[in-house]
Amino acid sequence: MIEKILNPLEYLPRLPLGEGIEVAIEWLRVHLSPVTRALSEVMQSLIVRMTDGLIWLPPLVLIILFSLIAWRLSNRSVAAFSFAGLILIYNFGLWPAAMQTLSLVVLSAVVSICIGIPMGIAGARSETFHRIVWPVLDLMQTLPAFVYLIPVVFFFRMGEVPAVMATVVFAMPPVIRLTGLGIRQVPKELVEACGAFGTTEWQKLVKVQLPLAMPTIMAGVNQCIMLSLSMVVIAAMIGAPGLGTKVWGAIQRLNIGGGFESGLAVVVLAIILDRITQNLQNKKIQG
Amino acid sequence: MSKIIIDGLTKVFGNNPAKALQMLEQGFSKDEILQKTGQAVGLNNVSFTIEAGETFVVMGLSGSGKSTLIRCINRLIEPTRGKVFVDGAEVTAMNEQELREFRRHKQAMVFQQFALFPHRTVLENAAFGLEIQDVGRPERFERAREALALVGLTGWEDSYPHQLSGGMQQRVGLARALAVSPDILLMDEAFSALDPLIRREMQDELLELQEKMNKTIFFITHDLDEALKIGDRVALMKDGAVVQIGTPEEILTHPADEYVARFVEDVDLSKVLTAEGVMKDPEVLAFPKDGPRVAMRKMKDKGISSIFVVDRNRRLLGYVLMEEAAKAADRGDPDLTKIMRTDCIKVPPESTLNELFEKSATSVVPLVVVNEAGRILGIIIRGVLLAGLVKENYAND
Ligand SMILES: Nc1ncnc2c1ncn2[C@@H]1O[C@H](COP(=O)(O)OP(=O)(O)O)[C@@H](O)[C@H]1O
Ligand SMILES: [Mg+2]
Repeated sequence: MIEKILNPLEYLPRLPLGEGIEVAIEWLRVHLSPVTRALSEVMQSLIVRMTDGLIWLPPLVLIILFSLIAWRLSNRSVAAFSFAGLILIYNFGLWPAAMQTLSLVVLSAVVSICIGIPMGIAGARSETFHRIVWPVLDLMQTLPAFVYLIPVVFFFRMGEVPAVMATVVFAMPPVIRLTGLGIRQVPKELVEACGAFGTTEWQKLVKVQLPLAMPTIMAGVNQCIMLSLSMVVIAAMIGAPGLGTKVWGAIQRLNIGGGFESGLAVVVLAIILDRITQNLQNKKIQG
Repeated sequence: MSKIIIDGLTKVFGNNPAKALQMLEQGFSKDEILQKTGQAVGLNNVSFTIEAGETFVVMGLSGSGKSTLIRCINRLIEPTRGKVFVDGAEVTAMNEQELREFRRHKQAMVFQQFALFPHRTVLENAAFGLEIQDVGRPERFERAREALALVGLTGWEDSYPHQLSGGMQQRVGLARALAVSPDILLMDEAFSALDPLIRREMQDELLELQEKMNKTIFFITHDLDEALKIGDRVALMKDGAVVQIGTPEEILTHPADEYVARFVEDVDLSKVLTAEGVMKDPEVLAFPKDGPRVAMRKMKDKGISSIFVVDRNRRLLGYVLMEEAAKAADRGDPDLTKIMRTDCIKVPPESTLNELFEKSATSVVPLVVVNEAGRILGIIIRGVLLAGLVKENYAND
């Protein structure tokens, strides 16, 4: 009794936020299920086909192809690193897992970019939109991934699709932020000069704002890919096969060596993707 | 027919212009209005008319509303009150579509900081306006090339803006505007960011171009010399209002009020009429290590008959004549210093026109303006000197 008097906060009734969210999610699940199912099927088939394709190709051909891409988009040393690194992954017997992870990352990045760039543009153009979206982005980036894993699994069950969803939630914010930032940073005289020539808003965007924002946008894409890769273990926990599964399995069996090899494979993929996208952004700066 | 009519144009920056407009009508000053309402008066009831083919210059100190005025003509800034007519059509009443068409075809703008697109080549920059009009690729590049040729940038089409000097960048800006063949050129302090010599060169070229093209030019500057040189008529602005409009002579000889008079005093005739004021950039210089052949080539390229020789620090050593260089080259003599003459006339930058005129009469080669260290600042060609004298005469009237 005396404790309650000393702490009047005890008299406040508990706010049923958790219950409310549960009810809302349940309602959404029931009413959105045709949508989520259709979405789920499309994405599932996309990711399976991509993975199958990558695994079907002879590994050496793919390794050479990746190295050539790295050479074209970046430089010779990145190409050499890619070649050696990918052979190492094959050597560890992690090739199929690496290809599964690659598909997952690429698909997540593509979804993030397709949604994130238009949202970033909208945020740069409308102050209201900006003010609504930015706090949501903070939320997406700071909310522990496990919290939204549960509803994601609720909607999409287990497997690759919920893994992509969770990855997108985590990896998309930098795309939106940096697209918005890049467009806002375009010097205002240039935007004005555009207008003086009678551009439509669309011409202004496509001919001047986006090209000038491109290095910044590519920095966002680069971060997005890195964040997607950092989600592989969590993705594995909701049933997406790949390198994450190997790491997760190794953790559970306290298999230090296996865990290390799988982790190293993730790092190799990360470095290759990072260098390639980073050089893409540097290349655009010239001129 | 009048090309541009500006009628009672007023601009108040801020979210509550009504109060400011009311105070303007009651005759409160810009400063008082800013203090009482927080609204900035950009333009205060500006009216005038510009004729077709006229070069109309607006000048005033920084913050007097020049940029606001020029931007109200194509509505990059929306006027709070007042009307703008171009060729009889009311620009201020146009809807978005009509305004876009107006901006695309009737006018083009040149900016103080050039505002070139850094991700586009010089050619792509010059073709920008045509691209916006959806002119096909071959035609727009053709016309952009012509515009670039007009401003002397042939050969630079594939460079990027950052590879060019300031003067050349602004030529691209000018070409970009000319490429759309606008009736009206709007130039907001287009030459203010350039070095004095380059600036004077650009002014000369604009005058030359204008003789050929006969556009209506709305030119803004904060520099009275520039205004007097370029303008058919000049308007002086202060605190968003026009204080006086007239020909350069009228402005100089009958300043409307204290403000204009002070401005005119500031023309600093002594500055316009000194060696520094009339000198030209030597387009090309020779170095002792150049043989007669190289020197000859340099002279031929620029179509000049003598060339000044300087050391690596641009200190003047002498000059070489074309005919003597040709002879030395025939003889196969590689030493330029042997045929170099040293009897050129050096003048300090502050010498007056009269001194210069006397000296130039006795010299076959241009006068050389050097600083105390003997470094060459510019050269003075006789024709230019005469032009300076003409200017002096009308100033003294
Ligand atoms: N966007 C703006 N917001 C508020 N005040 C402005 C804005 N643009 C210009 N002004 C004010 O309007 C006045 C005129 O500015 P401006 O036309 O740029 O002068 P100028 O080009 O002659 O230097 C200045 O007092 C300036 O502070
Ligand atoms: Mg200005």
